[in-house]
Amino acid sequence: MAEHAPDRKPYFWVFALLIVFTALTIWVAGLDLGPFNDAAAMIIAVTKGTLVVLFFMHVRYSSKLTKITVVAGFFWLLLMITMTLSDYLTRGWLDTFSAPR
Amino acid sequence: MSTDAATATLDRPNYLHDGYGWKSWLLTRDHKRIAILYLVSITVMFGLGGIFAMLIRLHLLTPDGELVQAATYNRLFTMHGVIMVFFFLVPSIPATLGNFFVPIMIGAKDLAFPRINLLSWYIYVLGGVLTLWALIHGGVDTGWTFYTPFSTTYSNGYVVSTALGVFVAGFSSILTGLNFIVTVHRMRAPGMTWFRLPLFVWSQYATSLIMVLGTPVIAVTLLMVAAERVLHLGLFDPRLGGDPILFQHLFWFYSHPAVYIMVLPGMGVISELIAAFARKRVFGYRFVAFSSIAIAVLGFLVWGHHLFITGQSVYAATVFSVLSMLVAVPSAIKVFNWTATLYEGSLSTQTPMLYALGFIGLFTIGGLTGVMIATLGIDVHLHDTYFIIAHFHYVMVGGTIMAYMGGLHYWWPKMTGRLYPGSLSKLSALLIFVGFNLTFFPQFILGYLGMPRRYWSYPPEFQVWNVLSTAGASILGIGYLLPACYFLWSMTRGPAADANPWGAKGLEWQTTSPPPTYNFDTPPVVTEGAYAYAAEEHVVGQREVQGA
Amino acid sequence: MPSHAAHVALQHHFDDLDQQKEASTFGMWVFLVTEILFFGGLFTTYVIYRQRFHGVFVEASRHLDVKWGGINTAVLITSSLTMALAIWSAQVNRRKLIVVFLLLTMVLGSVFLGIKVVEYGDKFTHHLVPGVNFQYAGEHPEQAEMFFSLYFCMTGLHALHMVIGVTLLGVLIYPSWKGRYSAAWHNPLECSGLYWHFVDIVWIFLFPLLYLIGRHVS
Repeated sequence: MAEHAPDRKPYFWVFALLIVFTALTIWVAGLDLGPFNDAAAMIIAVTKGTLVVLFFMHVRYSSKLTKITVVAGFFWLLLMITMTLSDYLTRGWLDTFSAPR
Repeated sequence: MSTDAATATLDRPNYLHDGYGWKSWLLTRDHKRIAILYLVSITVMFGLGGIFAMLIRLHLLTPDGELVQAATYNRLFTMHGVIMVFFFLVPSIPATLGNFFVPIMIGAKDLAFPRINLLSWYIYVLGGVLTLWALIHGGVDTGWTFYTPFSTTYSNGYVVSTALGVFVAGFSSILTGLNFIVTVHRMRAPGMTWFRLPLFVWSQYATSLIMVLGTPVIAVTLLMVAAERVLHLGLFDPRLGGDPILFQHLFWFYSHPAVYIMVLPGMGVISELIAAFARKRVFGYRFVAFSSIAIAVLGFLVWGHHLFITGQSVYAATVFSVLSMLVAVPSAIKVFNWTATLYEGSLSTQTPMLYALGFIGLFTIGGLTGVMIATLGIDVHLHDTYFIIAHFHYVMVGGTIMAYMGGLHYWWPKMTGRLYPGSLSKLSALLIFVGFNLTFFPQFILGYLGMPRRYWSYPPEFQVWNVLSTAGASILGIGYLLPACYFLWSMTRGPAADANPWGAKGLEWQTTSPPPTYNFDTPPVVTEGAYAYAAEEHVVGQREVQGA
Repeated sequence: MPSHAAHVALQHHFDDLDQQKEASTFGMWVFLVTEILFFGGLFTTYVIYRQRFHGVFVEASRHLDVKWGGINTAVLITSSLTMALAIWSAQVNRRKLIVVFLLLTMVLGSVFLGIKVVEYGDKFTHHLVPGVNFQYAGEHPEQAEMFFSLYFCMTGLHALHMVIGVTLLGVLIYPSWKGRYSAAWHNPLECSGLYWHFVDIVWIFLFPLLYLIGRHVS
């Protein structure tokens, strides 16, 4: 448990930022940015998630072990997604081996 | 032999005396009692899985499959796999020896979350009941790997209930792993730094990392299979453009690291046995400790080698092949370090040591054949043959189960306060070793000759190897039955053990046999590293009873 | 900060309350890591099929109502605020305020679930429930069915976690009212808060991935 003085103000700031970012992501999604739509949506979502983790979940004031644990969890998910995706993205590279679509 | 003093210890307050009756066991928070609860349950499951193995081997005595029908045969090997993997091997060492000894080895009174520990056992039993329910109603025929679309669409076995049983058992595994991770980080006794920990604890820790990171993925994947079957949400359905290979990716993302869940604890046991029976500190302690972590991490990067022939991208397959070679390195580091520990050690050939030596040889064979099939070009021919079956039985049975038996024989006096017959236990170890090799070495040959796995019949020219294999299985079965008998005998009739019958180093040997409920009469303060054997040491302490 | 010698909440296998707090919080985080991987299997599936069927996924997404999704996102974010304030209330020893904020969080969580019921009902009406009455007017209806299979699986699993979360908070009401939680000890609140915020984070990712990918198409 963090031993900082219990101050409510950061929670309200984070809340406001989260609402703003939600509105932002809805607005940005309405623009046609091609492939950058996905990137923008993910950057905003990651930012929102980070705010929740650091402030609402007190990770900003937590031990190094907690921080490593959080990072490891998300990193492992990323590992699973990227390595699985690497199969699908490279299947068509060698035409002899790809199945007809 | 100080039998009077030793017998007196059996009457002293210890965790076995702390309450009698079913409530004191079924509502216990003591990690040692929970370990015993697990020991009983997984032994039952092992027996059940073993019966299926026996039926399979009997059926395969003849090429035309006269014992059971094809559909039944499919259910036999499926249930054998499901029970042995999920209900025996995965929990075996962690939930029994790990539960019992991790707190003691780090000098703690219990695990971090004793009630969650008990909950994990109940969850395991619930998973077992669900699977047994499915079994009684006819079981499932998909193979323990539940490949789609057979499991989701075409199989008319009890897929959902079996999958649910495995799903539930997975949470038992997760809770055990969670408990161990928090315990090792937060509950070590004063002076017990990371690099003073016994290597058994390092391996349990690494295993727990895998349990926590991998098991949830198979859990959600099995849930998806159930959703497809029950709710018709076709996530792997080719008619919706679903990809059956995606199931395999998700399944093996856990199930490959799962094999390290199964073997890492065994390696931890071997480190303890080698040190104790060579009376030497383990050579290259830090290398062995870090290799456990390396195996845990690298083990997550290789799953695609199960998908080599499925239509997975050749480029991804090549990367997975290279990474699979890499994961053999930390395992080899351990084998080299154990061997170096034996060199110029003061060796004794007591039963636990026999199992440890057997492990080193058999695991090496299993591991090397693993490198063979990690080679993309070779696996194209050997995939789905008996070569694969032989490979994984060498590491799982020749490896893990030998280590488990060794650990049981080593720590039995500590857990029960009793000794077991020395000659009979050595004979059993020998029978297991011979029986095992006779069962599975012919299967390397069969696989290489081209006999496919999961087939209920085979060409007649393969019969001689199948007969040898079945003969071996009979010997192996007897080899496993004997310890069941003499351990049962030992529980009530075995001579009392003193605190340190092997004269070994380690916190567990500094408390009574059996330990008191809170493990230590006074909380230990650690001042030396693990395996602090002096350069020249005589074997002190009791020997097992000679003759039976 | 020294902890009390024998606080009533101290369990006897721990040396002191600080060790218990650290262990319990760390344990909760390890559990949340398993939840990341648990939802992760579905996110992986989503990524793969989205890559394969990009066009139809974009089109199918337009059948989801951004208004409801957006309101639900705001509702959950607010509930995270009230949850954080519930823990703050314990830190300043105001037990009645803990109960107020816990109840508010539960109400907001229930509002979220209510809106999901409305949305699911809407899908039934429009024949967009795979395996039940799926009809899709467009090219490659099977790919759209895949999108909706994922929609129901992912939001369904999320909703199940919400139900568990609301129940968990309900269980904490009585001990909070009784004054069991204070500045010295409020770990059950802290751990439940971690769970609640995690479920919020899952939604933070679900919302753009399911609701917003088709929004730029006119």
